[in-house]
Amino acid sequence: MKRFCFLLASLLAAATLIATDAGAGKKDDTLVWATDRDNPIADPFYINTRELVVIGHHVWDTLVFIDPKNAEIKPLLATKWTWVDPTTLEFELRKGVKFHSGKEMDADDVVYTFNHASNKDNAIANFALLAWIKSAEKVDGGKVRINLNRPFPPALAYLAGIGFIMQKGHYDGAPVKPDGKKDFGAVKANGTGPYKIIEVKPGEHIRMERNADYFKDGFKGTPSISKLTFRTIKDTNTRTAELMTGAIDWIWDVPKDQAERIKANPNVVVENAKTLRVSYLQFDANGVSGQKYFTDKRVREAVAHAIDREALTKNLVGPASVVAHSPCHPDQFGCSTDVPKYAYDPAKAKALLKEAGFPDGFEFDFYAYRDREYTEAVIGDLVKVGLKPKLNYVQYTAFIESVHKGRATVAHGTWGSNSVPDVSAMTAQFFANGPDDLTKDPEVIKGIAEADSITDPDQRKAAWQKVLARIAGQSYWVPLFTYAKYYAFSKDLDFKPTSDEIPQFFAAKWK
Amino acid sequence: MLAFTAKRLGIALLVALTVSLITFSMIYVSGDPAIAIAGEGARAQDIEAIRKFYGFDRPILEQYFSWLGGALQGDFGRSFTLRQPVADVIAARLPVTITLGALAIAFALLLAIPLGVLAAVRPNSIADRFALTVAVVGQAMPTFWFALTLILWLGVYWRLLPITGSDSWLNFIMPAIALGYYVTPAIMRLTRAGVLEVLSSDYIRTARAKGLRPMTVLFKHALRNAIIPVVSLAAVQFGFMLGGSIVIETIFQINGLGYLAWESIQRKDLPTMQAIVLSLSVIYVLLTLVADLLNAFLDPRLRVT
Repeated sequence: MKRFCFLLASLLAAATLIATDAGAGKKDDTLVWATDRDNPIADPFYINTRELVVIGHHVWDTLVFIDPKNAEIKPLLATKWTWVDPTTLEFELRKGVKFHSGKEMDADDVVYTFNHASNKDNAIANFALLAWIKSAEKVDGGKVRINLNRPFPPALAYLAGIGFIMQKGHYDGAPVKPDGKKDFGAVKANGTGPYKIIEVKPGEHIRMERNADYFKDGFKGTPSISKLTFRTIKDTNTRTAELMTGAIDWIWDVPKDQAERIKANPNVVVENAKTLRVSYLQFDANGVSGQKYFTDKRVREAVAHAIDREALTKNLVGPASVVAHSPCHPDQFGCSTDVPKYAYDPAKAKALLKEAGFPDGFEFDFYAYRDREYTEAVIGDLVKVGLKPKLNYVQYTAFIESVHKGRATVAHGTWGSNSVPDVSAMTAQFFANGPDDLTKDPEVIKGIAEADSITDPDQRKAAWQKVLARIAGQSYWVPLFTYAKYYAFSKDLDFKPTSDEIPQFFAAKWK
Repeated sequence: MLAFTAKRLGIALLVALTVSLITFSMIYVSGDPAIAIAGEGARAQDIEAIRKFYGFDRPILEQYFSWLGGALQGDFGRSFTLRQPVADVIAARLPVTITLGALAIAFALLLAIPLGVLAAVRPNSIADRFALTVAVVGQAMPTFWFALTLILWLGVYWRLLPITGSDSWLNFIMPAIALGYYVTPAIMRLTRAGVLEVLSSDYIRTARAKGLRPMTVLFKHALRNAIIPVVSLAAVQFGFMLGGSIVIETIFQINGLGYLAWESIQRKDLPTMQAIVLSLSVIYVLLTLVADLLNAFLDPRLRVT
């Protein structure tokens, strides 16, 4: 028995030694961040996940970068840019920038990148976001032009989002798949960014290391933390447990109840930060679903007055959430909040319904797909003024199909704008006569077409202001609130969340 | 024994074939696989191209035999999302799952058999009640909850064991306990019942009458016979653990076959899904076969049937 106890004790001692040495945190100068998603390859063009957008901005650089504080465009690989005409953008490139391969970046690389990405046959995952590019051409060694299919003023914002510059010929050596097509995503990563990829282990991790040759005085600065590791940990509880033991340093998308509980841990900092995602109610304003109630403006206004949006943001979403008044995120360029507003006023809602001929309310189809607790709070408010929504809570694909096919009388949706901080990334998605547009108001459609052909920022803002005022005035939507998400990270880490949901680990430091 | 082995082998082969056929037809039951792979918003010509590429336009039996032919030669096709041959992926992940399953069943046997014997030797005593409590708790507690409790105490509060990964053997301790504990009750109850029954049989009375030591009677004469059904049960449970470790592998982030199955379903990675189901069922069939043969070896009477 004695011997057994001794054995057990030594085993546990050995276990303790190994368990505490996880290769993360300040002492190892390694920032380990984890999410639930597996990222089997490390190429931001060929896998459509948030993690690869984040890794993209650490391993690669874009021509320009958006300052998340004010949505202003800042120079990165390009030092200057000009609109030659509404369909031609010219960039002057930074000199002395090197790829991780050692080759200096020049106009040929930029031309190669955009000609590859804008070619539909190359099938980049986010093709739709760069589909406005017609071609790219070299002006001289330090200058390139991007030609557009059509005038597209938010072009710079999209380039800043996913226009990662690859080295000329990067995809030439891609292995060939059995179907004869090239497997572009399998090519080893090579960017100009502040970190380089060291190892990709599908299902487990992607390891990165600081790029010692990263160019000085750029918007991203000089990275301070020497190693960066992304880890896949599926289970939310396990991720939280690993954060508490210090085996990982950073997580996000922490559920509200858990976030409040781990706040008590002295080794962890919890922060609630805004995101670009907006929650909204969309009406079948033309009555195509067969239920014609919402063709009446008074009924739509009644819904807007019936919902206590302030309470929703405070009690359910989180402190960083704000009430939305326009069908876009207030942080997006051109998203004016100076529009007609509808205060919480159930009495007025009831009066409007009575005026419209529905003193006892009516029954209608209500579709939703995400965050059921938010949907139920909204429904609760509608029931209070006598409305009788019939909830169809479905998967996203079924939800979007019900909107496109005109089955949804009212849809409770959300939109993250692909992190593009420009009003057109959201409002044009839903009001410019596309499949998501249930309003099809000719005045709005014309207004958006006009606003999105103006390249001068101030004039464009003014044109958008008119569009947004018209939408709010007609109450085509009830914009509800902006999303906020919880971040939790090691107290040793000096990190600031940004609303673009691209965590800037290159700017993070150990305290 | 030879005839018995041949017969069992034949049955096992038939079962494996049937499973492979069911596995294969499954993808058609769940809807047009080409549409599923193409995903949302795919154009009709994309779907048609995928149908051609994977050969979904051929008759289903023809597809089945060409797949089976490949599978017999170890060629399960290529995983589209992992960008590797499926056989390589499975070869890399299977040892992890087998290690986990073996450790879990070892844990379960080490806990269950002594408890079962103890309970049988002193039926209705405090020891029996204790064993019963352990069994009921094991059966009643959801695996994921037990796993999280282990993480909380051994990983977070006491910092004794690493929580995630499969780098060292220490990573396997918590998952093996969590996975093994669930099957402990069944093995324990079966051991108890078996030993109890054997202990009241004539030959045990004879052995005792001969003046053999109680321990010799218990372990050499009683347990050996009582353990026969336990062997079958343990083999079946081992198979169950290989397939049923999805939850445990996900919670502890162990890169094994169960976790791969979950990921493949999410990504609609059909070749990988098929290969996993087939490998697991073949292992399961093999284990049952081994259990049958082992039983026949332990008890010659079984060879007749």
